Amino acid sequence: MSTTADLHIHNPVEDVLRKERIPTIWCPGCGIGTTVNSFAAALLGQDIDLKKTAIVSGIGCSGRVSGYMALDSFHTTHGRAIPFATGLKLANPELNVIVYSGDGDLTSIGGNHLIHAARRNMDIMVVCVNNMIYAMTGGQAAATTPGNSITTTSPFGSFEPEICLPQLVDAAGAVFVARWTAYHVKQLERTMAKALKKKGFRFIEVLTPCPTLYQRRNNMGDGLAAMVDYKNRSKIRNGAPTYEVALEPGGEIVVGEFVDREREDYLTRMRRQLGTNYSELPPQPEEEEQEGCCSSC
Amino acid sequence: MLKEIRIAGFGGQGVILSAHILGRAVSIHEGGFATMTQNYGPEARGGAASAALVISDQPVLFPYVSNPDILVVMSQEAFTRYTPELKEGGVLIVEEDLVRMENVPQHIKVYSIPATRFAEELGKKMVLNVVMVGFFCAITEAVSYDACRKAVIDSVPEKFQKLNLDAFENGYGFGKNLLAKGPSKEEDTEPVSVLESAS
Amino acid sequence: MMHADPNCVLTGTHFMNGDAACCEGAIAAGARFAAGYPITPSTEVVERFAARVPKIGGIFIQMEDELAASITLQGMVWAGAKSFTVTSGPGYSLMMEHIGFAAMTETPCVFVNVQRGGPSTGLPTLPAQGDMMQARFGSHGDYSTISLVPNSPQECFSLTVKAFNLAEKFRVPVMFMMDECVGHMTEKVVIPDAKEIEVTPRRHASKPPSEFLLFEPGEELVPEMAHAGEGYKVYVTGLTHDKRGYPLMNPASQKELIPRLFEKISRAADELTIVESEGLEDADVVVVSYGITSRVAQRAIEMARAKGLKVGKLRLICVWPFPEKLIRELAPKVKALVMPELNMGQVVIELERCAGGQCKVISVPHPGGTVHKPADILAAIERGAQ
Ligand SMILES: Cc1ncc(C[n+]2csc(CCOP(=O)(O)OP(=O)(O)O)c2C)c(N)n1
Ligand code: SF4
Ligand SMILES: [Mg+2]
Repeated sequence: MSTTADLHIHNPVEDVLRKERIPTIWCPGCGIGTTVNSFAAALLGQDIDLKKTAIVSGIGCSGRVSGYMALDSFHTTHGRAIPFATGLKLANPELNVIVYSGDGDLTSIGGNHLIHAARRNMDIMVVCVNNMIYAMTGGQAAATTPGNSITTTSPFGSFEPEICLPQLVDAAGAVFVARWTAYHVKQLERTMAKALKKKGFRFIEVLTPCPTLYQRRNNMGDGLAAMVDYKNRSKIRNGAPTYEVALEPGGEIVVGEFVDREREDYLTRMRRQLGTNYSELPPQPEEEEQEGCCSSC
Repeated sequence: MLKEIRIAGFGGQGVILSAHILGRAVSIHEGGFATMTQNYGPEARGGAASAALVISDQPVLFPYVSNPDILVVMSQEAFTRYTPELKEGGVLIVEEDLVRMENVPQHIKVYSIPATRFAEELGKKMVLNVVMVGFFCAITEAVSYDACRKAVIDSVPEKFQKLNLDAFENGYGFGKNLLAKGPSKEEDTEPVSVLESAS
Repeated sequence: MMHADPNCVLTGTHFMNGDAACCEGAIAAGARFAAGYPITPSTEVVERFAARVPKIGGIFIQMEDELAASITLQGMVWAGAKSFTVTSGPGYSLMMEHIGFAAMTETPCVFVNVQRGGPSTGLPTLPAQGDMMQARFGSHGDYSTISLVPNSPQECFSLTVKAFNLAEKFRVPVMFMMDECVGHMTEKVVIPDAKEIEVTPRRHASKPPSEFLLFEPGEELVPEMAHAGEGYKVYVTGLTHDKRGYPLMNPASQKELIPRLFEKISRAADELTIVESEGLEDADVVVVSYGITSRVAQRAIEMARAKGLKVGKLRLICVWPFPEKLIRELAPKVKALVMPELNMGQVVIELERCAGGQCKVISVPHPGGTVHKPADILAAIERGAQ
């Protein structure tokens, strides 16, 4: 404990950050840090045992989030945060397991795992930082890149349709699906807090600006301009059917909590269905076996 | 003494289990060595089943069987496919109701048994394979009666033990009687097969 | 020293195949968790595991692919479990990235590969030993690990236990390199009393979180491990990292980390020289082999001896790390080393390197699908004896 009087104003979220690792690698105006603030506040606002909370990321700018949180932090491989998190959860169901990663990581290279974790209703919470680009590698087109965007691999404008993540995970079986933007810090915090308390596969998409590699190339200004844009374009529609929330270039950004339902999670269902075929402990012998003296004497 | 054995038939007859029982008998109850392999490839999909067993008083080194000393066939296809591989002087054991024997090679000994009928008499066609095991045991003496019997007991669920032991005894008894008469080889003594008389 | 849990070990004499024995070995070694994806000829291992472990507090999860399985198992390990995955050919290729992740993060675990003929889909139901170099070098980057190769169902049991123990001792992913023949072959397997099965426990953090550094090389250069949920706030990354586990990407930290990952294994070279040998003392020719091929080689050796040739046998049970010292000592004393493998000549490259021109090295390649004809190995022995 520090004995000197704190001269700077203590920001409570610092308690869940690895302060010694700050400054972060993120660029000025990057939206990732904004989402982390909301996340940290959400964590602190709950009676969650932080010692039993693990955060798992894949690879990417967003994939660095796990490494700034003062939790059990796992920075895994590109696309595989969800299966790693699945392993953590299965071997220690007491853990709160959060996956925090990028759009490319979770939905493209890791898209199959996303679908199947949602289908299994694995009890993990997934935060997808959607900056609509592969940022870490220098701004290539992603499955989330809005049509006709300039990226390094689509220099004449991208022409692939973009994926609608809430609809995808909804269809796959997620019990909680929400979307906010980096502008909606308070709403995001509240949604994250709610999701932290829920059981089952929870998915939160957060649209964030990547001024360095996406906004700038597409004449969208800096991080601040992105906030203004999010503010103007977004419309809160809690409970909106997820087939109505697809993002259109320049169009409305539907935000809110879209899905919040109950479904038995993986482990609960496993235990119920296995019944007497499952036991937490191996069958114990009736009596303690009397240990003789060691075999070497 | 090293002996190479192949047991073949179609899926569902318990071909693999019969090899399993014999392998167990030798390696666990007789203190010898047994190595069993089976076909897994596409050929195992089309309904054919085949297991190979090498038994010896020494550790088995080479795992595969290409020219068996003893061949047990429980289907026409198995007969056609594997009989040419039998070693000269080898023993061919046949489920006589399921196999019509044609072009039987020279210099082999043939022993046949209506094992399916025995199994049906016991009320469970399923135990055909154990009848064959009993018969095999009696004819070849490659495995002792006691070891084989024990292996049958520990290879089947308890509630089917009596049934299987009866099947084993029937096969064994039939084999011993047959031995007293001598092998059924030579064209004139070719066993009458149900299939044949039906056609 | 810990022992296997008597409530979980299937003590007794069994007639079982190598895949089943491998599963029993994993359970005896303390694995209660596994992730997998079906692939012939390895699936029987996890099928049995799926039937066995729910009753003893374990979970098997069938993942959506091998990419997932090979990292899910590592999540299990970092949550405190012993875990493994099982695959063959194509699945093994998909797992490569995560073998490197396990090497980099020093995650103790076992990858079982029941080798089948390749490349590509190859021969799903027939044996080969074509993944031996992949086991050593398959993941990108430079790392060192351990590969054990059983030649019987009995060894599929006992060496699986050993694989888990070595994984814990050295904190590496251990490659358990079976093949279709050994995996599907049924033989007597004796599973001893749990009391007789030694199990290496995890090197768990011995210091409180405030004093603990997750990647500080401890005894034998191996760090101690803390798990998620224990209050240590572990930081695990596949990036080059410092002793805290924090990313530190520069030549100096690379130099501190990577050579240690090699050295923790190389300094145990004697312990990891796990071989079975016979008649080396006065041999003119030594047949060096591993896995199923060693059994066929044994027959060839016996045939050669019957012809009056002086032939020795050297079976590599641990192929990686390669028993370099042993070969360097042996090579000057013999006329030839003969190496049959169910591949077109993989481990023989290493044999040749270690023999250093001191004797002839004769490869007896085989594309797989079955085993060698003993006569082919005999012919090579005869050539070597000239
Ligand atoms: C198997 C593999 N392929 C490619 C890469 C290179 N790579 C690193 S991060 C990344 C994209 C990250 O994009 P995203 O997940 O959207 O994260 P962001 O950087 O945008 O936050 C890629 C392609 C990798 N690390 N591993
Ligand atoms: S490149 Fe983009 S996503 Fe990455 S840190 Fe910079 S602004 Fe953020
Ligand atoms: Mg991105």
